[in-house]
Amino acid sequence: MAKQNKIINFMGLGKAAFALSALLILISVGSLAIQGLKFGLDFTGGSLVEVGYQQDADLGKIRQILGEAGYKDVTVQNFGAATDVLIRLGETHDPKLGDTVLATLQASETQQLELRRNEYVGAQVGEELREQGGLGMLLALFMIMVYIAFRFQFKFSLGSVLALAHDVIITLGFFSVLGIEFDLTVLAAVLAVIGYSLNDTIVVFDRIRENFRLLRKEEPVEVINISLTQTLSRTLMTSFTTLLVVLALALFGGETIHGFALALLVGIVVGTYSSIYVAANVMLLMGVSRDDLIPPPKEEDVVDELP
Amino acid sequence: MLNRYPLWKNLLILLLLALGLLYAAPNLYPDDYAIQLSGTREMYQVDEPLLERISTVLEREGISNKGVELQDGNGLVRFADGESQLRAKAVIAGLLGDQYVVAMNLAPTTPDWLSALGAGPMKLGLDLRGGVHFLLEVDTVQAVAQRLDVYVSEIKTKLRQEKLRYRLVDHRSDGSLEVKFADEAVRDEARSLLRKDYPEFLLSDETVDGAYYVVISLTEQTVRDIEDYAVKQNLTTLRNRVNELGVAEPLVQRQGRNRIVVQLPGVQDAAAAKRIIGKTANLEFRLEATSQAPAGTTETYEFRSQPGRTATIERDIIITGSSVANAQAAFDENGMPQVSITLDAKGGQMMGRVTRNAIQRRMAVLFVEFKNRTLTETVDGVVQERRIPYVEKKIISLATIQSVLGSQFRITGLESATESSELALLLRAGALAAPIYFVEERSIGPSLGAENIELGVMSVKIGFALVLLFMVLYYRVFGVLANIALTLNLMLLVAVMSLLSATLTLPGIAGIVLTVGMAVDANVLIFSRIREEMSNGVPWQSAINAGFGRAFTTILDANITTLIAALILFAMGTGPVKGFAVTLSVGIVTSMFTAIVVTRALVNLTYGGRKPSRLAL
Repeated sequence: MAKQNKIINFMGLGKAAFALSALLILISVGSLAIQGLKFGLDFTGGSLVEVGYQQDADLGKIRQILGEAGYKDVTVQNFGAATDVLIRLGETHDPKLGDTVLATLQASETQQLELRRNEYVGAQVGEELREQGGLGMLLALFMIMVYIAFRFQFKFSLGSVLALAHDVIITLGFFSVLGIEFDLTVLAAVLAVIGYSLNDTIVVFDRIRENFRLLRKEEPVEVINISLTQTLSRTLMTSFTTLLVVLALALFGGETIHGFALALLVGIVVGTYSSIYVAANVMLLMGVSRDDLIPPPKEEDVVDELP
Repeated sequence: MLNRYPLWKNLLILLLLALGLLYAAPNLYPDDYAIQLSGTREMYQVDEPLLERISTVLEREGISNKGVELQDGNGLVRFADGESQLRAKAVIAGLLGDQYVVAMNLAPTTPDWLSALGAGPMKLGLDLRGGVHFLLEVDTVQAVAQRLDVYVSEIKTKLRQEKLRYRLVDHRSDGSLEVKFADEAVRDEARSLLRKDYPEFLLSDETVDGAYYVVISLTEQTVRDIEDYAVKQNLTTLRNRVNELGVAEPLVQRQGRNRIVVQLPGVQDAAAAKRIIGKTANLEFRLEATSQAPAGTTETYEFRSQPGRTATIERDIIITGSSVANAQAAFDENGMPQVSITLDAKGGQMMGRVTRNAIQRRMAVLFVEFKNRTLTETVDGVVQERRIPYVEKKIISLATIQSVLGSQFRITGLESATESSELALLLRAGALAAPIYFVEERSIGPSLGAENIELGVMSVKIGFALVLLFMVLYYRVFGVLANIALTLNLMLLVAVMSLLSATLTLPGIAGIVLTVGMAVDANVLIFSRIREEMSNGVPWQSAINAGFGRAFTTILDANITTLIAALILFAMGTGPVKGFAVTLSVGIVTSMFTAIVVTRALVNLTYGGRKPSRLAL
């Protein structure tokens, strides 16, 4: 791939990419506005009990037993395996909840049940986490913007941050549309996506900066096309290896981090696409030119001395 | 041109990698099932004779063990399997009684020569080893309100002493206090008195309907101090409680302004843990019995710090801990240690009434603890634990009453500053505490923890193997070099995590997996660059040099931005998420070292000195 001299006209597809991005964002924002995110226990507060069965559990029967026992607002679902049941209760806090639920279920079972996990999160703590999470995400975007503006130039920094916002919104939209639970680990994954997607974008930007200085005659569109072509093999390689490990995590990591792995999976795919199309497109729209990078910073000279 | 690192550089890399190997090594030794012994108080020390007794008993009971040792004042008995551990716990707990805490534990088996270098294995988070996590909130609003009550009574006493006639001292709905006067001149005098005696007050005047007021509010700093005190007091109490639970490596830590985290690894019975944690100690202030006192009106108690020494005291209680607002260790004007105690208004009155007729008699302070005795019994062949609650009362102070005592008095005649701070600590532990609430609770069963480890390790292995395979297929010899670097990266990551004694959580393992995926990025960047240079007709030795050189800034920028995201995650995250942030950050730093420096050294060693006809890239 490295030997090919043909330049792929990435920006020729700019309009189509723009339309695709706009559509995805529209769907995401729409779903986030109407349906919202299905927040996990970490953010909503409430109680949760995980019970291990020896044979496959009958969810309907569990619902019925708990309903008859007077528990309100109960959701029962399998967690990872058919023998593993997650029971969510809107109940206010009761330290014995796990044991009483287990006892209630055990009463009508011959098999030995096991209390695997019992969690309670206060409503206020949940709300604070939601607030902190949102703030953290905004802070991350802002600091990254400052760093890139300092290392590159303002147009680059806006391009990369818009690309990141694009990735975050679509990843959140994915969780909203499919109604997948959004907990603290998913939030961590979204922040990791910010880091990852940026990694990609920076590599492309670095090449664009270098080529603006090297290729004196070409138009900005061509410079960007050349840069994208040159970095394409690396972009795909890295995304591929990262996808490999994330896939391993999603398939073998267990239910607890399934949402985490899923968020990374979506984020990496979208992030790869956005660092090719969104970031560069934004810069073109803002009229990036050679003049933006003059006078050239000195670090190019220093770099050649480094190992 | 030739690509060579100077000898010192190669040696430095080797040294760093050797250190990495050394500090990662403890993780290769599996933990032992163990029982940890510690004394409940200073005077109950675990020593050699005690351990010998334990060895003998274990031998008699036919429970084989892997050795009994003394570690930082704690005893440690190791076992080959969980069953022996469980049986031995029952036996040892029965032998030692309540003076010692007997806790089940997993003890690292790091060889001595490694421990001597400060090396040890990574800690496992609760999600990997099972246990209970609580988040408690201290009601600081209540704490401030309690303190204001004390101020009200103090102000009344003070104004009365100075013969300043006031009409009313009361709370206002906004949390401030008001003092009402009929006369303006008296009000002004009272205000300057308060200003002199209470630097922590913010004072202002008001005149409403011919009545004159001084409005008192607390400075921001004072409110902070009160909150701080309330949180610290609860921390002390919680630590005492948790120690009683007999948990190895418990964590009781302040989080933020008014929260406390309690983590109890290995504890399964969350409800029992909570009952014990939620309970507070109490105090009883009583007079020493006179020699003529009828037997029915007295009780005899032991001193807490001097087993065997007793004192006979009256049954009547003057006040309890709920009247004690504050207790602080300090020094008197002669530099002698003392403890100053502040009571609330009612407590002060009671104390005054009783001590008026008891000057030169002695007053005892009893420390009351609600404890549990743990019994281990076998029911239907299953070893079970049963806790029987009981109350323990011990004398912590017996001092002569020198004068009539009020809301504020001092206990003097203490031997040392250690004694005064110990006494103040106990008084505070038993004193009126700001209420605490459980705001978060998580308990994870041991089987879930074990499963999480297994799944996590498996996904690391599979992801790692896939990446290794792919790199070799795509980059051939260079791929092999990158793979060596990647393996070394994993080793360094584990070494740094162990060295920082960072806690490994399930998301932390996910962070390792992600690091593996992303760590190859630097190598991919470099290799792509070398290929590109070569396809532009650059001689390959120069191409290697240019590839590494050009890729460096890109790698640096890309990694620093990821690091920014990771650091923010670290700052705002708790527990498991923090674990992810830690592995991600450490991974970024180690991967930059291995991908850039180590790979370069490997490439130099492979291709640097010779001129092969072609480059396997």
